[in-house]
Amino acid sequence: MRLSPTDWRNLTLSALALAFVACLPWLVGNYGLSIGVTIVMYTVLATSWALFSGPTHYISLATAAFFGVGTYVTGIGIEYLPYWTLLPLAGVIGAVLAALVGLATLRLSGVYFVIFTLGLAEFIRQVITWGQNVSGAKGIYVLTSITEAHIYWQLLGLAALVYLLGWAIGRSRLGFALRIIGDDEQVARHSGIHTARAKILLFLVPGSVAAITGAILAPRYVYIEPSLAFTPMLSFQVVIMALLGGTGRLWGPLVGVIPFTFLWEGISITVPNQTTLLLGVSFLVIVYLLPKGFVGLFGAIRRRMGSEGLV
Amino acid sequence: MSAVLSLRGVTKRFGGLVAVNAMDFDVAEHEVLGLIGPNGSGKSTTLNLISGALPVTSGAIALRGSPITQLPAQDIARRGIARTFQLVRLLPSMSVLENVMAGAVFGHRRRWGYEAEAVAQTMLEQVGLAGRGHMAVGQLTYIDTKRVELARVLAGEPRVVLLDEWLAGLNPTELEEGVALIRALRDEGRTIILVEHVMDAIRSLCDRCVVMASGTKIAEGTPAEVLADPEVIRAYLGDDDA
Repeated sequence: MRLSPTDWRNLTLSALALAFVACLPWLVGNYGLSIGVTIVMYTVLATSWALFSGPTHYISLATAAFFGVGTYVTGIGIEYLPYWTLLPLAGVIGAVLAALVGLATLRLSGVYFVIFTLGLAEFIRQVITWGQNVSGAKGIYVLTSITEAHIYWQLLGLAALVYLLGWAIGRSRLGFALRIIGDDEQVARHSGIHTARAKILLFLVPGSVAAITGAILAPRYVYIEPSLAFTPMLSFQVVIMALLGGTGRLWGPLVGVIPFTFLWEGISITVPNQTTLLLGVSFLVIVYLLPKGFVGLFGAIRRRMGSEGLV
Repeated sequence: MSAVLSLRGVTKRFGGLVAVNAMDFDVAEHEVLGLIGPNGSGKSTTLNLISGALPVTSGAIALRGSPITQLPAQDIARRGIARTFQLVRLLPSMSVLENVMAGAVFGHRRRWGYEAEAVAQTMLEQVGLAGRGHMAVGQLTYIDTKRVELARVLAGEPRVVLLDEWLAGLNPTELEEGVALIRALRDEGRTIILVEHVMDAIRSLCDRCVVMASGTKIAEGTPAEVLADPEVIRAYLGDDDA
């Protein structure tokens, strides 16, 4: 793979930005760091979500399912396995689960996929609740010496991986195939693209990444139970943030995550019961004003300035 | 003369309706075969069966002797049968060049990177769109969208090209250009199946014609022969004129 000077410049700038945000734990207090963790967590989830849902236009609400499975991998596994094996293990389990979901649903399109992914999180949650009722245990305590800063750095590392992966996919035949599928699936098939395989392959990415994210965050919760680990709110937040930023570019979800997280925090502090309202209003804003997210808005502004000879 | 593509007893039923009934024909290498007949006679359905857009109810289709009857569309495309659509289908979010690259990257001969781009550029030149690769597909005129689709099909270097009413809807000037373009493909030695209504084009382009009526083959031969056949005239015009 040959890299152009622009690629090298972008890579260097990204590495510098990463190094800078990695210093956050020394720059801000506990509250600032906890917001940092939230931002990086949603950046990872929304970016990996957009890698699949952006080109294919399949709205997946399965984030909570994969995330919850990841938290339970850490919750249960921490007693029997060394911590460093848990993250790759969560990634593999997430990928296998995504492959199964993909095989079962990606041949169908549109609404069926959305409903199935929403039901999946609920289904797994019920299975675990049932397991707890049978065994008599309620939640699981995850007691570790892992600090908030450790979680933050792990998430940053995962974010870097997701961006590299997204960049590599964008330059690959798989990325091109998915853009074609997103435009016209019939043309894709008649051009020789194995559409089902391409979609399943890419669906492994958000599945695996969300499971690893859950595994990283489990120690932060200390006590995990199904209603917390599999909350459907997580899936909706990820979708809203990614769409608000825009799925057309790799960095799109990030510009949705940052303002949304601060708004969410602000509302949680002042009027804590109105967070659902924020979700609803954001959704309306996306549908009516920003169908292509902030990315589309930036593009439109740049075009307008360009046509007036300002750029 | 060996058959590149052969159909034997190919039948398609939609419930009780037999859309294509026991079609038999061969297409030889470098041949342009016209598939003609009145509206609703099953021409486009036959094309959809060959390209794998619809599953075959019974019968067999073979490409150079190997069966492709039950293969999904993407495998048929990879083996070398590429098609255009009756209603032009382009990729709206991509540039003209990227549209054509889709064929070069995933078609019968698969290429990637600079090589795929070079092939796509050559194909654009061939269909008369040199220098317009950067344009958005929304900016194109109707005949140019058809050219892009043709270039995408050719970019994969298919063994057989299926053109589904590629000349339909063109004005007289465009029609002349279109016929000249397909004649150029024919002179290159491409193997083509043409579903068409434009009689002048059929006369000047086709080596052979297969005529369909109500899903059944009613005649086969040179354009002059089949167009003089009383049964073909009856199928098109009704009993009184035959």
